[in-house]
Amino acid sequence: MKNKEPIILIVVIFFSLVTYYLVETFAHGVMHKHVDSEKFQYNDLPALTKSGNVANGKELIVDAGCTGCHSMEKAGMPAPMDAVTAAQSYGVNPPDLSEAGAIYDAKFLADLIKNPAHALKVEHKFDASKGEMHPMVPFYGMGGDIDQEVADIVAYLKDLAVSPSEVTPTMAFENACGRCHAVGYENWTQIGTKPSFKHEKDSLAFDIQVLEYEESLSKYMGKLPPDLSNYIRSRSESFLSTFIENPQNHLAGTAMPRVGVTADSAEKVLEYMRDAGDTKRHEREEIGMYVMIYIVIFAIFAFLWKKQVWRDLH
Amino acid sequence: MAHFTKATSVKDWLNQRLAIETVEKVMMSEYWIPKNINFLWAMGMVLVVTFALLLVSGIFLLMYYVPTVDEAFHSVNYTIMREVDFGWLWRHVHGVAASVVFLVIYIHMFTGIYYGSYKKGREMIWISGMLLFVAFSAEAFSGYMLPWGQMSYWAGMVITNLFAGGSLHADGLVEWIRGDYVPAQAFLGRFFMLHVLLIPLAIVGLIGLHFAALRIPHVNNQDGEEIDFDAESKKYLAGDKAGSKVMRFANDFMSKDLMVVGIFLIFLFYLVFWNYGFALDAINFDPADGLKTPAHIYPEWYFLWSYEILRPFPIDLGLILFGFAQVIFVLLPFLDRSPNTCPANRRGTMFKVWFWLMLSNMIVLTAMGKLPPEGIFSTIGLVAAVLFVVQWLALPFITSREKKV
Amino acid sequence: MENNSRRGFMGKAFGAVAAVGAVGSLVAMKKTWDPLPSVKAAGFTTLDMTTYQEGVMVTEKWRGKPIFVLKKSAEVMENEKGNPAAEARNIKIGDDNFMVAIGLCTHLGCIPAFRPAENDFLCACHGGMFDASGLVTKVPPPRGFDIPPFRIDGTNLILGEVGPEWQSMKDNGVTL
Repeated sequence: MKNKEPIILIVVIFFSLVTYYLVETFAHGVMHKHVDSEKFQYNDLPALTKSGNVANGKELIVDAGCTGCHSMEKAGMPAPMDAVTAAQSYGVNPPDLSEAGAIYDAKFLADLIKNPAHALKVEHKFDASKGEMHPMVPFYGMGGDIDQEVADIVAYLKDLAVSPSEVTPTMAFENACGRCHAVGYENWTQIGTKPSFKHEKDSLAFDIQVLEYEESLSKYMGKLPPDLSNYIRSRSESFLSTFIENPQNHLAGTAMPRVGVTADSAEKVLEYMRDAGDTKRHEREEIGMYVMIYIVIFAIFAFLWKKQVWRDLH
Repeated sequence: MAHFTKATSVKDWLNQRLAIETVEKVMMSEYWIPKNINFLWAMGMVLVVTFALLLVSGIFLLMYYVPTVDEAFHSVNYTIMREVDFGWLWRHVHGVAASVVFLVIYIHMFTGIYYGSYKKGREMIWISGMLLFVAFSAEAFSGYMLPWGQMSYWAGMVITNLFAGGSLHADGLVEWIRGDYVPAQAFLGRFFMLHVLLIPLAIVGLIGLHFAALRIPHVNNQDGEEIDFDAESKKYLAGDKAGSKVMRFANDFMSKDLMVVGIFLIFLFYLVFWNYGFALDAINFDPADGLKTPAHIYPEWYFLWSYEILRPFPIDLGLILFGFAQVIFVLLPFLDRSPNTCPANRRGTMFKVWFWLMLSNMIVLTAMGKLPPEGIFSTIGLVAAVLFVVQWLALPFITSREKKV
Repeated sequence: MENNSRRGFMGKAFGAVAAVGAVGSLVAMKKTWDPLPSVKAAGFTTLDMTTYQEGVMVTEKWRGKPIFVLKKSAEVMENEKGNPAAEARNIKIGDDNFMVAIGLCTHLGCIPAFRPAENDFLCACHGGMFDASGLVTKVPPPRGFDIPPFRIDGTNLILGEVGPEWQSMKDNGVTL
């Protein structure tokens, strides 16, 4: 009797793989459009032409009034108001600038300082010609060469911040995303990590603060930016990366700004999201290796037993 | 009171009270299986092992899952996935096994169709098997509700809406099924009950029926040959193991069964650890939101073929054909009018074509069911759905013309 | 049985391999039963000992259990003099003296009620009584209140951590 098993196996595998390909790879390709990454080059923004003076930048940042909204805790400049009050005024809490120089792209920072709505790609929402101004006041210069002044400010921010390699995933996320997006699974709220409270009354008071902040934020953005705890699993990594790079490429007309992170910081943001939504990935890989080795040994022994039992059946 | 003698051993003591030796002979060592089979015959054991994996992983998930609309999602994606030691492992095993079990069910089913294992005396095996398919489908659907993600909610919404019966507008029935106007706490609670208790009990009962239905007709073989199990088993027991056409279930058949299981588990655990996206769909990682439908809703892959039979038609016709599709497979032993119990490739061109066309068409239906119902995809889906119905209606006519082999 | 005797070496070897897998699965299952990290982390309660008033018994919570905190008055401290059992249970923080105890009767686990007028505890279940130092004054409780592991940190008392004072209480049999 001819042994038909090899051909049967091929037929079964063939039909299974065809089904898998059509239902997964092909269908998902049809449902989700492909967006190319420009690898955080910010090609639409002009290159920096001037080399900045740190000391001058340090003076400018105060004289130009930046610290009227922005804290720089590292430089001893606290926030002028608490997060909830700030959100009531501006829609969102203006970021602390201590690490901005390490997290954001220099070209982006330069453009942002002069024209926030343009750098953030929210001109569809804030049209200057119609008098709709972005909450951040642009820098109109302090009388000298504005490009030099901007370069000085950016140089100071870079000097103030840690070196880019010292930026941790938590720093990157909390700075670039955390003022709009909560991450419940890491206990992160838009006004900071929720502390543990002894009395329920205090815990509820904190929750109310968060809700008030979110109310201002929802009015400003149009709807509440989603909690990102599981986004690393609900959206693919390539989607998230290209979305962070330019939200308009995926959701044209969205209120989410282009946040202007460097490629490095973007990767750290993704790492933070992996820690939140795919926490046990390292354990999974490790245990997976051991289980696979065991199962192969199991199959080999099963095969050897079968051979022995069947020796006198053929 | 029956007569009992002083036991000579523990085995003898149990044997006098439970007849364990007879049970062992009937179920294992003198349950005769034809030798003329291939690895596809091991799919039954593969299904038992997969079901066992689902039961065990389910037990550990059940320890931490909270069946309320507020906590369900986080009990799974935070507590089980992040906090519980190995929680992520049980979740991945459960989700992947629940999907892979249907691949094996379909292979098992189409093996039965190909070799005519539903004919002449084996009708109850086929029917109990199809009832198991229905039970597993209900188990899978109810289980999918439990994480209470976006897909859970909207699949629940869409599938329960089917019971409105199109133009019948049986909205009261739909509300009764849900226990509420929309899928909410009542809905989650009852599907939790179904998934954890009622349907597993039904499955265990049906497996018992399926095995019982198998015992008297015995397992089929690659040629559909009617074997004289008494004569062949006497040959085997007399010492002619190589010459006999049959072998013992235990350990002869079982050793090959377990070898196939070993290879299957390599494939399964690879998916569990590294390639589980097909089973743990991304959309279900968004918490359920009754005020926002996802851009793409689709059922799990194993329901896609029947979903695609519903979709292309106006609602009433679609529901009728959908109902037809669920039931028609059960009727196979009675629709196949041919006198032959043999593999499809020897049953003449008509049935051979019928078989491969049915298999391919179900794959086409599956693929179209996943794709957005637009343009060329919806046309192909419509043609495939119509072909499915036509094939089944034609089956009695094709098979009654078959010559006896 | 003919079949069994022919199973031979490979069958037993395969059985052994399968058993290894079973044991591995059982280890994973045992770990799934373990208390969750959040449960273990919540096992520490910090008490600010400056907030208590003399003679006012406050019930705090630690690991789901009630904790009696009683700031002892000078009168109670006078009564304790010469009573080594009572003095050994005392918890001194700065100039203040406290009785800190797990608020469960050591008889069968009911929560005794504090009687401010008598400055003692009466357990309603079987009539057991404890004094302001935590010692038994009326049976059936077999021993004084158990004292939770604690560590003194300035004017804070951290329950769940083991400090030297508690360790010596345990070593001397003052508490279990």
